[in-house]
Amino acid sequence: MTRRPLLLLPAAALALACALPAAAEPVKIGMITTLSTGAGYLGEDVRDGFLLAMKEEGGRLGGTDVELIVEDDGLNPGTAKQLADRLLEQEKVELMTGVIFSNIAPVVAPLTIRSGGIYISPNAAPSTFAGKNCDQDYFAVAWQNDSLHETAGIYANELGYKSAYLIAPNYQAGKDSIAGFKRYFKGEIKGELFTKLGQTDYAAEIAKLRAADPEMLFTFLPGGMGINFLKQYSQAGLTDQIPLVGSIATMDPRIIAAIGDAALGVRSSSHWNADLDNPANKAFVANFTETYGRPPTPYASQGYDTARLIASALKATGGKVVADKDAFRAALRAGKFDSVRGSFAFNNNQHPINDWYGLVVEKGADGAPVNRTVKMIAPGHEDAYAAECALQ
Amino acid sequence: MTLVLEQVLNGLQFGVFLFLVSAGLTLIFGVMGVINLAHGSLVMVGAFATAAATQALGSFLLGLLAGLAAAGLTGAVMELLVIRRLYRRDHLRQVVATFGIVLFANEMVVMIWGRTPLFFNAPDWLGGSVELAGGIVYPVYRLFIIAVGIAVAALLYLLVTHTRVGMLIRAGSTHRETVASLGVDIAALSTLLFAFGAVLAGLAGAMAGPLVSVETGMGERLLILSFVVIVIGGLGSLPGALTAALLVGLFDTLGRAFLPDLLKLVMDPAEADTTGGAISSMSVYLLMAAVLVVRPSGLFPTAAGRH
Repeated sequence: MTRRPLLLLPAAALALACALPAAAEPVKIGMITTLSTGAGYLGEDVRDGFLLAMKEEGGRLGGTDVELIVEDDGLNPGTAKQLADRLLEQEKVELMTGVIFSNIAPVVAPLTIRSGGIYISPNAAPSTFAGKNCDQDYFAVAWQNDSLHETAGIYANELGYKSAYLIAPNYQAGKDSIAGFKRYFKGEIKGELFTKLGQTDYAAEIAKLRAADPEMLFTFLPGGMGINFLKQYSQAGLTDQIPLVGSIATMDPRIIAAIGDAALGVRSSSHWNADLDNPANKAFVANFTETYGRPPTPYASQGYDTARLIASALKATGGKVVADKDAFRAALRAGKFDSVRGSFAFNNNQHPINDWYGLVVEKGADGAPVNRTVKMIAPGHEDAYAAECALQ
Repeated sequence: MTLVLEQVLNGLQFGVFLFLVSAGLTLIFGVMGVINLAHGSLVMVGAFATAAATQALGSFLLGLLAGLAAAGLTGAVMELLVIRRLYRRDHLRQVVATFGIVLFANEMVVMIWGRTPLFFNAPDWLGGSVELAGGIVYPVYRLFIIAVGIAVAALLYLLVTHTRVGMLIRAGSTHRETVASLGVDIAALSTLLFAFGAVLAGLAGAMAGPLVSVETGMGERLLILSFVVIVIGGLGSLPGALTAALLVGLFDTLGRAFLPDLLKLVMDPAEADTTGGAISSMSVYLLMAAVLVVRPSGLFPTAAGRH
C-alpha cells in the first residue's frame, strides 16, 4: 500500500468530497434493475433517467441528500432475492426501486414491504399487486402492465381495423398481453399464436399470418424477440399488407434503431413520447440527450419521473421516509411533481391513471425513423384491477 | 397445399441455417474432442463484426469478409490462449472454461458496441420477395441462405474427402498420436482447424444478422439448438450434422406451424393453442430423445463421439 501513495490520493479526495455535505445521514435508495443480458438497455435507461434527476439537483432529491445503490439482477429472480436481502438488511435502504421485469417484481416488492420499506416500481407492474393484493407501501409509476395491450386494442379500434391476428410468446406476460388486447378490441380475432420464449426464427408464424389474411397484426414480443420477428416480417413484405399495431414495448426507440426503415409505418400506443409538448418533457429530452449522448427511451422517462416523484415526497416530509411513513406515503400518493407525461395522478390502487397516445414510426428530420405522436387515444385510462383494491 | 409447401420450405431453410451454425461445432469436436460452448460467441462476433463493417464500408460483401476475418482471428486467439490447454482435460473442464469465454465475450461486445442491438439489414439486392412455382411468395434472403448452406456443405465435402488437409483432419480425428509421429505439426493443424471452425461460425452469424437481433447473448440461443443437431447427427460427423439440421429444422417449423391446428380437431381451440405451443416448443428435444433411444451415438456415429 505504501509504495503507491499517489493512487490513493484521488480516492481520499473523493471520500472527503462525499463526506463533507453529509451533515445529516442521506436517505438510502436501493435500485435493483436489469443491466446485463440483451434487455440490459431497459435498466440502463431507468438508472440514467433517475441519475439525471439527481444530477439536476446536485446529487439531492427534494432538497434531501440521497444515496442511490444500483445493482444488476441479470434477469434472474434468485439473484434479485440475494440483492434485495443485502440492500434491506445490511445497507438498510428505506426505498426500493428499479425493477424492470414482472418475474422479478414478486421477489423484490414483498421483501421490501415486509422489512418496513416502500417499493416504487419504475416499470414492471403485474396484475398481482394491482387488485386484491394491492398494498399501501407499493407504488407503480409507469403503468399497470395490461394497460399497454388494452390501449393497443383501443388504438386498433380508432384506426378502424375489423379483424386482427395475435402473436405473443408462450408465458404469463404473453398471455396477459393477448387478454389485454382482446378486452378492448372490437373486431374479429382471426387467430392467436403462442411462440417459444426466446425464439429466433419466425418463418412458420409469418406464413400462417399471411394465410390467415387479417386486416392487422398485434404482437407483444419484447426485446430481442421483437427485433427478430420484425426483421423477418418486414422481409416477407407484410409491413404494408398486414400492418402492425402494438404497444410501446414492441417499438421503443432502441428497437427502431436496430431495425431501421423496416419500422416505418408501425403503430404503437404509449404513455410517453419524446415529442410530447410540455416544458418538463422538453427540458428532460434536451438534458438527457446532452448528458448521455443518446435520445431517451420511455424507460428513461420512467426512471426520471420515479426520481422526481420521490423528490416531491422528500420535500414534503423534510427528508423523512420511514421515520414519518404516513406523511411520506400521503405525499407520494399526491403525486405533486411536473411529470414529463404532462400530468400525473395515482388511482386508488397506487397505479397511475395515464393519458395514452397513438404513435406511428415515420422518417424524422435527419431521415432516421422515429416515433411521432399522432393523437391522444385513451385519456385518463384506468386499469381493470383498481376496483378490486381495498385502498381508498 | 401452398401453405404446407411453404412451411416445408421454411423448415428446410431453417435446417440449412442450423447446419451453418453446427458445422464448425461438430468439426471441432470430431477432430479435437473439445466441447466448445463458446461457439455461440464466435457466431456473435461474426454478426457484430459484419454489421459494424457493413455500416462503415457501405457494402455487404466487404462487411461479410471483415466479419469472417474477425471471427477467424478470434477463433485462432481463443485456441492459442485457452483451448490448446484443454485437449487433454475432461469434458467438464472444457465446459467450464469455454463457458467462461462466453461470459467474457458477451461483456467484451457490450464494452465495444454498447447494449443497443446493432442495425443490420439485408442489402437491397437480397431484399424483397419472389414468387416461386406454386404461388409461394418467398423472401429472397432466405433463398440466399439456402444457397450459401448448400455451397458450404459441398465445400466441406470436397475439403474433407479430396484434399490433403482433409485427409489429415480425418486421420487426426481417429489417430491423433500416429499423425503426430508421422511428422505432422498437430498443434498448428489444431489452430488452423479451430480458426476454420470459427470462420464457419462467423459465416452463420453474418447470415443470421439480417434475420435476427444482433445483440449480446444471441449466440447462446442458437447454440442450444445446434447442440441438439450435433447430438442427433452423431458427435463429430459432418453428414450427420447436415441430416440432423434438416430434420430439426423441419420438425421444429412444421410442429410450430401445424400442431395447434391438429390439436383443434380433438380439443377446445383456446386450449389447443396453448398446448400446441407448449408441445411444439419441446418437439426437437422429444425428437432428440427418440433418436437417442434407437441410436445412442446419433444417426452417424463417429469414433470421437463414442468416448
